[in-house]
Amino acid sequence: MPPSDRRIWDHPILVFERGKKVRFFFEGVEVEAYEGESVAAALYAIGIDVFSYSAKLGRPRGPFCMIGKCSSCFMIVDGVPNTRTCVELVRDGMRVERQRGLAPIPSTTPPEGAEEEVLEADVLVIGGGPAGLSAALEAASYGLDVVLVDEHFRLGGQLVKQTHKFFGSKELFGGLRGFQIAEVMSEKLSKMSNVRVLLRSVAYGVFRGGWVGIASRNKLYRVRPRAVVVASGASEQYLAFPGNDLPGVMGAGGAQTLMNEFGVRPGEKALVVGSGNVGLIVSYQLLQAGVKVVAILEIMPSIGGWFVHAAKVRRYGVPIMTSHTISAAWGSERVEGATIVKVDERFNPIPGSERDVECDLILISVGLAPDARLLAQARAVMRWVPELGGPVPLRTIDLETSVPNMYVAGDASGIEEATSAMIEGRIAALSIVSKLAEGRRGVEAAEKAKKLVDFLWNEYRTSPLLSRARRGKEKATVSHEEMEKLRREFPPAASFG
Amino acid sequence: MGGEMKKKGHPTIVCRCNDVTLEDVERAIEEGCHDLECLRKVLRIGMGPCQGRTCIPIVARILARKLGKRVDELELPTVRAPILPVPVHLLLKSREGEQP
Repeated sequence: MPPSDRRIWDHPILVFERGKKVRFFFEGVEVEAYEGESVAAALYAIGIDVFSYSAKLGRPRGPFCMIGKCSSCFMIVDGVPNTRTCVELVRDGMRVERQRGLAPIPSTTPPEGAEEEVLEADVLVIGGGPAGLSAALEAASYGLDVVLVDEHFRLGGQLVKQTHKFFGSKELFGGLRGFQIAEVMSEKLSKMSNVRVLLRSVAYGVFRGGWVGIASRNKLYRVRPRAVVVASGASEQYLAFPGNDLPGVMGAGGAQTLMNEFGVRPGEKALVVGSGNVGLIVSYQLLQAGVKVVAILEIMPSIGGWFVHAAKVRRYGVPIMTSHTISAAWGSERVEGATIVKVDERFNPIPGSERDVECDLILISVGLAPDARLLAQARAVMRWVPELGGPVPLRTIDLETSVPNMYVAGDASGIEEATSAMIEGRIAALSIVSKLAEGRRGVEAAEKAKKLVDFLWNEYRTSPLLSRARRGKEKATVSHEEMEKLRREFPPAASFG
Repeated sequence: MGGEMKKKGHPTIVCRCNDVTLEDVERAIEEGCHDLECLRKVLRIGMGPCQGRTCIPIVARILARKLGKRVDELELPTVRAPILPVPVHLLLKSREGEQP
């Protein structure tokens, strides 16, 4: 029945070690997958494009973000509707069905029932990406009890799909590829007895008295930590054009998850919208995965990303079309093509310049938006900072927000990149340690935090490549005195400590 | 329906959770919904399972353009718990009168 196998078996730099075969049912038909694959990746790999038909308009939908942030890969799994198949592991015998419109509410409670547990923790870290992992490691190395929560079934956040080598010193994991950094940090963390990791779990709210609610599959956790680090990352921005929800329109990051993490080709012929670094890097990775890149569109008059990345794709003959954008996607059950158009200096489409291109994949890489909603819910003072991609919490230089002892780190604090995220995670953790650890160790942590702050602002962020993020982070950072004033003026919903 | 018609002429979706289109948003703004909170209540943007992670940035840009403001001048919508979908049987587990 599967028309094709989109799995990549030969890749110039990656080796996909596939686990043992798993058999499950898709729409009643037995299909094969490999252990460790998500349901979404496994179905996509065998050529399934349509995962559901949408709630009101009945439109076909396929996966978009691939990391549990959106709602496009919802399916009915073992009778449970609205299951995010991109963060659901394949299991033998599971039953997966397409969701058609609003799914009926299951009439029975899951047979496994639900449990509740109250957790003890000094530090709660939300998000297991570069910032969260760094924060957890740093706090735990000083003997603090840490609970780390992540909505995915594995740690690493978006490092797991980063296949390029990092710059910088050994302390900053220079020379390693992103996914290797995730492996090193996860491995280190697993050896620490004072860290508890909750995967497939979400921190869904901060409540009176400093309680945080965490929901996992069949368990509800309640924890009242002394400090919290919110390192919940970012979501990919979406773009409005007719046909923008057709299967085959995907976030650039979603495509990276498919091809770099699971070794699944996201399409045959791709059109990439946006020439920032993500757009350029994903284009190069598409070529490595054997996908043709029809063109990279850039609405601005010049390329957004770094010259070195642009040169790489150009060498393969990929046109980068500046002052161009997508005006429509078309197809029936999957993208079959797109209309592209030239824009004037005010970004208005120039009539008559439309042109149709054939493609089965449209990747949107127009930036990321920080996801700091848990902080907003706790009523941290938020500000929309365009340079950082959206609303972010105001914070002090050591990353504490207006909710006392609630910190922010990584992309949730404003879009930057993975190395900054790791440094921020460590700064937040060290600042917490300096308050919680007794005597000598607390002083030591404070000194270490100060050094890292100095390095981040006076060295790392002086790179012209980070000037935009730096400007944004300056806007979002306030002095300790200003923060006290903000706390009096806008009292938070809870506090920790 | 002709193949070509079905192929082209798709709506522009702003919120994939609740199938809200660009037209819906523009109409609501023209009818007097001039902040994100109002648009949310009228259109249910940001109230689906992704909780606004897809639509809010787009809707904010549309609203800013229509009102002739900058995006960072708009009032931010409130965020309430649960910030992500939680199965009801789990929440029922939490005993009454206790937090959360």
